[in-house]
Amino acid sequence: MKGIYIDENACMGCQLCEVYCQVEHSPSRDILRAFHKERPLLTPRIRIQQTVNSFVAVQCKHCSEPWCVYACLTGALSKDPVSGVVTLASAKCVGCWTCVMACPFGAITPDFAEGVIVKCDLCPERDVPACVAGCPNKALLFTDDRKEPERDLVAVGTEESMQEGW
Amino acid sequence: MGRSANTKTRYLIIGNSAGGIGSAEAIRQADRTGPITIISEEPYPAYSRPLISEYLSGRRSPREMLLRDTAFYSRNGIDCLLGRRALRLDVENRTVELDDGTSIGWEKLLLATGGTPIIPKVKGIDKKGVFTFTALDDAKAIRQQVPPDATVAVIGGGLIGVSVSQALSQRGNSVVMVELMDRVLSAALDKRASRLVEKTLQAAGIDVVTGCAVEEIVGMAADEERVAAVLLNDGRRIECQAVIAAIGVLPRTDLIAGTAVGTDRGIVVDRHMATSCSDIYACGDAAEAYDFVRGEEKLTPIWPNAYAGGRIAGLNMAGRPAVYEGTTNMNSFNYFGLPIISAGIVEPPDLSSYKVLQSPMANGGTYQRIVLRDNRVVGMVFVGDIQSAGIVIGLMRTRADVRGFQRSLVSGGLSLASPPGELRQAMLAQAMPAAI
Repeated sequence: MKGIYIDENACMGCQLCEVYCQVEHSPSRDILRAFHKERPLLTPRIRIQQTVNSFVAVQCKHCSEPWCVYACLTGALSKDPVSGVVTLASAKCVGCWTCVMACPFGAITPDFAEGVIVKCDLCPERDVPACVAGCPNKALLFTDDRKEPERDLVAVGTEESMQEGW
Repeated sequence: MGRSANTKTRYLIIGNSAGGIGSAEAIRQADRTGPITIISEEPYPAYSRPLISEYLSGRRSPREMLLRDTAFYSRNGIDCLLGRRALRLDVENRTVELDDGTSIGWEKLLLATGGTPIIPKVKGIDKKGVFTFTALDDAKAIRQQVPPDATVAVIGGGLIGVSVSQALSQRGNSVVMVELMDRVLSAALDKRASRLVEKTLQAAGIDVVTGCAVEEIVGMAADEERVAAVLLNDGRRIECQAVIAAIGVLPRTDLIAGTAVGTDRGIVVDRHMATSCSDIYACGDAAEAYDFVRGEEKLTPIWPNAYAGGRIAGLNMAGRPAVYEGTTNMNSFNYFGLPIISAGIVEPPDLSSYKVLQSPMANGGTYQRIVLRDNRVVGMVFVGDIQSAGIVIGLMRTRADVRGFQRSLVSGGLSLASPPGELRQAMLAQAMPAAI
């Protein structure tokens, strides 16, 4: 299945992926409404964390052996047999946080106010998840495996681009 | 459905809770068609056992406790015999005799028989008004027989004792919880976290009595057979209308008594969850499975371990070799909104071979604690901010050397960015989905 990967060295830590995630999962899906009117502001399901010299994107990896699904006390979490997406049925979640304990990536966020977890759903209504689609410098990738795909990068700082009127 | 007196199945699973379901789902991944039969003593489709607290408090209905949707068994071609009890196991002839006189032949057998509540040897324990709390029927009995304004004495301040105390308190009951040790949840938490839980319980109105044992359950003057009070070993008498015996569970092994299936404290299994008898597997509360912190087989009667063990058993039963990586004691508590996650050895037996790192307490009860041995994490407690607790448990599971970033584990800012790049890549490589 396809997963979200980050090029740790390309990420500049702008955290726009978090914003696009919040907007995508907001009731209006409108950035102005989501940030000005709708409360509470949603918890992003992807988070950018800084290392000494790079950035790491933390979001559900939709593991092939999902510990969170195996640990879930209520059956709220399941791995979709077709899409492979680790899926939450919110109505069945009781906020026991057992999946938070089980996830080796810290990728499941407890929403203490609502009493349920929040996690990446790979944006089921989109071909490419909102965080990846919105990443301004293609540091986030949506691809089949960890190998970086051939990317259609604009050569920066070359003679050619200079001539285009930089 | 008319079952003839003797039927045969490929996979027979005794037990319909986390371990049984874990194995059935794994079998179906590896074998789409082989007949699966599940025997369940309880009359209900698989339900979330931990949620019996939510049922007792009135927050969830039995329908809302179902672990899988109603079509689960038919969709997966599982013949589930509800309300049937396995009486005798014949290892030689590969059959199990049921309480309706029929018998089922099997090619692969899983013993997911679970645990049975420990009944304390206390005078008066057989009186009316004494309950255990491990199954939906226990919670139903309490709801039917104990009015919400009654005072209830809970024997035991472990996982079951604290859970039932919270549920009773939420329901309106006055609760006196009596724990033998000097603190609650002593097997799961360090002393500081135990105190935080005690304070939380007390703030909710629960009377927490530690370092005390119930010596006797006394009956009413009018009806000697009905609970009127408990007597503690410090001389106190606590008037109550009901008693919950909540001191834990023991492996349920009655079915294999007298058979060749090997037992120690529970059913002994190897790293494939296989017992000493070929084609017989075991998992969950009934089995002693590998503990990656202690490096030995151990009873760890918690839900996630039952499912994980059942899954490994199921894969092996279906002919797909799988090794149980092991697990350890780990719990996520959320009593009255105080989140705590703990795992492994939280109070080391000595400080010569163990090292404890702990953050100061912040925000009225948020801290992180880890216990190290040979530069590896062997225990952890996170209180309040629990988001990254699983990272620590993942490092425990993989026995990662945490020199160089061990301080970040208790910094409050732990994330996937904390481990050095090479280790992080190794961690991520484990998760990355292969083709499905």
